[in-house]
Amino acid sequence: MPRTISELGIALRDGSTTPRALLAEALAHVERSDKDLNAYLTVTRELAEQQAAAAVHMLEDHPETASPLCGIPMALKDVLCVDGIETTAGSKMLRGFKPPYTGTAVQRLFDAGAVCIGKTNCDEFAMGSSTENSAYGPVGNPWDIERVPGGSSGGSAATVAAGSVPYSLGTDTGGSIRQPAALSGVVGFKPTYGRISRYGLIAFASSLDQIGPFTRTVEDCALVYSAIAGHDPRDSTSDPRAVDDPLASLRAGVAGMRLGIPREYLGEGTEPGVRAAVEAAFRVLEAQGATLQDVSLPSTDVALSVYYIIAPAECSSNLARYDGVRFGNRVERASLTDMYLQTREAGFGNEVKRRIMLGTYALSSGYYDAYYRQAQKVRTLVSQEFDGVFKEVDAIVCPTSPSVAFPMGSRDDPLSMYMCDVVTLPANLAGVPGISVPCGFVDGLPVGLQVIAPRFEDSRVLRVAHAYEQATSFHTVLSPYASEAA
Amino acid sequence: MTEAATIPSALDRYEVVIGLEVHAQLLTRSKMFCPCPADYTSAAPNENTCPVCLGLPGVLPVINQQAVEYTVRTALALHCDIPPFTKFDRKNYFYPDLPKGYQISQYDLPLSINGHLEFPVGGETVRCGITRVHLEEDTGTMHHAGDVLQSAMSSLIDLNRCGVPLMEIVGEPDLRAPEAAREYLVRLRQILTYIGVNDGNLEQGSFRCDANISLRPRGAQELGVKVEVKNMNSFRAVQRALESEIERQTSVLDAGGTLVQETRGWVEAHGRTISQRSKEQAHDYRYFPEPDLPPLRLDAAFVERVRATLPELPEARAHRFQEQYGLTAYDAAVLTDTREEADTYEALVGAGVPAKLAANWQSGDVAALANEHRMPLQHSGLGVEGLASLLRLVDSGAINGPTAKELLAELYVAGGNPEALVRDRGLAQVSDTAELTALVDAAIAANPAAAADFRAGKQQALGQLMRSVKEATGGKADMPLVNRLLRDRLSEQ
Ligand SMILES: [Zn+2]
Repeated sequence: MPRTISELGIALRDGSTTPRALLAEALAHVERSDKDLNAYLTVTRELAEQQAAAAVHMLEDHPETASPLCGIPMALKDVLCVDGIETTAGSKMLRGFKPPYTGTAVQRLFDAGAVCIGKTNCDEFAMGSSTENSAYGPVGNPWDIERVPGGSSGGSAATVAAGSVPYSLGTDTGGSIRQPAALSGVVGFKPTYGRISRYGLIAFASSLDQIGPFTRTVEDCALVYSAIAGHDPRDSTSDPRAVDDPLASLRAGVAGMRLGIPREYLGEGTEPGVRAAVEAAFRVLEAQGATLQDVSLPSTDVALSVYYIIAPAECSSNLARYDGVRFGNRVERASLTDMYLQTREAGFGNEVKRRIMLGTYALSSGYYDAYYRQAQKVRTLVSQEFDGVFKEVDAIVCPTSPSVAFPMGSRDDPLSMYMCDVVTLPANLAGVPGISVPCGFVDGLPVGLQVIAPRFEDSRVLRVAHAYEQATSFHTVLSPYASEAA
Repeated sequence: MTEAATIPSALDRYEVVIGLEVHAQLLTRSKMFCPCPADYTSAAPNENTCPVCLGLPGVLPVINQQAVEYTVRTALALHCDIPPFTKFDRKNYFYPDLPKGYQISQYDLPLSINGHLEFPVGGETVRCGITRVHLEEDTGTMHHAGDVLQSAMSSLIDLNRCGVPLMEIVGEPDLRAPEAAREYLVRLRQILTYIGVNDGNLEQGSFRCDANISLRPRGAQELGVKVEVKNMNSFRAVQRALESEIERQTSVLDAGGTLVQETRGWVEAHGRTISQRSKEQAHDYRYFPEPDLPPLRLDAAFVERVRATLPELPEARAHRFQEQYGLTAYDAAVLTDTREEADTYEALVGAGVPAKLAANWQSGDVAALANEHRMPLQHSGLGVEGLASLLRLVDSGAINGPTAKELLAELYVAGGNPEALVRDRGLAQVSDTAELTALVDAAIAANPAAAADFRAGKQQALGQLMRSVKEATGGKADMPLVNRLLRDRLSEQ
């Protein structure tokens, strides 16, 4: 079976494997599986070989102090910039674009000796919940390739679920890490807004975007999080306070903890199988000594509307730079206006255009007060409701997604797609950390349990998730692609 | 009809209302949101750029603290309030010189508000309100193969200027004449250069001005239709453009027409403004708070720390010069025109040159030489210290005025030590009474006709005798003393 970061770290140090051997395995796995999955937009073999060679030296010279991530293969969502490596954000607009710099979180992994094998497929500019909005074709879910892996970080979720790499990075603006983690049966963590530098992350919605890891286990998740978290002078929204070590409290358990179940998150839209799996998970946590109680987040129903004003508003501005003038796609036309129009017409997909139009409208003179300003007020309210609930309980537990992975093409109206994120996006609006851990199956398709804690209580999220994971065995059940690799 | 004839009669019927917006680049080392050098004039095209100011995908802005400090310094010099909470906003529009597709600026919560500026116009002091001073970033520059972008076959973009810190100073519509607008700008530029935040260069565009102007019938309360005038690259252009606008608007109103709210550009070559954009074509900038930058909280301690860095401002300094050095209002104004000028003056006085002597020389011969050589005294061969030692020689009577003038002109360019030069060339003034008396007697003997004329009451006859003595000393005679000795001698007989 594919091994975890922790296991590989031991194997690299006891001499039973090497960074180059792990790289060869990972590349061979991608070679086999990606014809079906389409999880990769670029395989960075050359970069990976250089990094593996460097990792060999780091492990030989300083085996004790080398990072737990040293020499271990991984993959990056294609919205994360890597110097000299094509970075498309899943868009035709950026086909061939090679950034001249590497983002902070990615650089921290590279400095730790990580071996990057490729850039993963995603919804265009991270806009979507199924990865069907990629300009480079959809991603297959390793549990059933006729179904979506969730999105927008679908490629990053799928490659970990398929067992090609033990971890990957994604980004989460309204659930884009947690939802695909749930639908693909892996762990996916969105840290507190401000914990991970966004420098080098191609922005969708700046006040909501956050980078985070996909892993097989919560412990691995803590390892990757520790490596990338912390203040970055290049990102003014990254928080200056010190990051506590999540590994220190990881095994502290949930005995005595108060956990809240927001009834709004288990509404009518929740599939019965998902409800059953999540309620069973609540019993497991109770058995571990936690006290469960109902809590209320009454603004949940309007949070979706608020999100679909704020996120498109920011995106309409963030995506203005794709004008064909300096980089990326350009459609040559005689006049400047025509060049702008045709470049953007040809370069952007429908969902991106839809959100740019929504956002432009929401910010327009005469509508700003009714939409954007009002949305910011409700966003504050959503945040305050979380604050209130966290006075009563230590963490929130709930489903990550109201449904399991759905068939490709089955959600062709935007609104039903937007409903995918109804239980994940409030955490983005409030900036609080959230994780999804595997908590069961419905007809062979994974279900995720979501854990949410107050801002900067990232360690608590990981602790609760770890306690649950260790009491169950869902994380050890492998997708067909991962089983083959065994 | 000429402009000069039109405007006074127009002003009988209409009240002119003018408000100015000034954009001033800050003299910071680096750009507003990235570490690139802010000096864009001496670099090769696109040399001073990085992923941040190029607006590449994934980059983030970081606020330049020096720019914040400079803006607060400006706000304090303009008597503004500094609210404790301020934020940045995005101003969205598409143009190739704006790589991100938005400019980071400030919208509803600027860094400072409610100030004022006082300046003299025609002997009276005018006060104009300052609505706000806020901070933003400059755009790049474009070079079109053709006049304008729309008709150009190609355009080149230089993003060196993109992201240079830019301060916008918005004045209240308190100005009532083009001349007042001009004087407002003169004083504002003086203050900005005094406090060291801007170099005040209108031609190169580091100090730019847009004007809003409207006319209303005298006595009317509501404002007339506002026209924005752009493209004015000198103080003179501002005044001329506004005069031309008054003329144009007057003739429209007089003919019973209505004005349209629009933006007009000043065309220097044609001496008139042309319409650029109507209100209907105006951009909707879709301002919203910049999510990549947390709001700024400027506490009182920070503001006070900046206040402590403020130098004495020109108006106050001119007052002090009158009091302390006994200068006339005019001399004090001339000598405090720039901070360098005023510093030079105080350095001269501090080096032992009498106040009046220093004022006369600095604003006279030295200013003329600076102008002639296009080189301020500090950068001349002579320097401030050299001038001080030259003027000390004048003060002590060691050299006479004409000698000092000649030396000044020479040393200004070539440099050198005035004292050594006077010694080596034997230029010391001849002021020995016995020696001069002998020369005076010789001059009278050699010019009997002139002496007779003077004795007969012709004052101007003295000139010939003076020249004779001057020549006899090689120009080094103490001429006031020669004058006295001649008069004494000629009145004796
Ligand atoms: Zn730069």
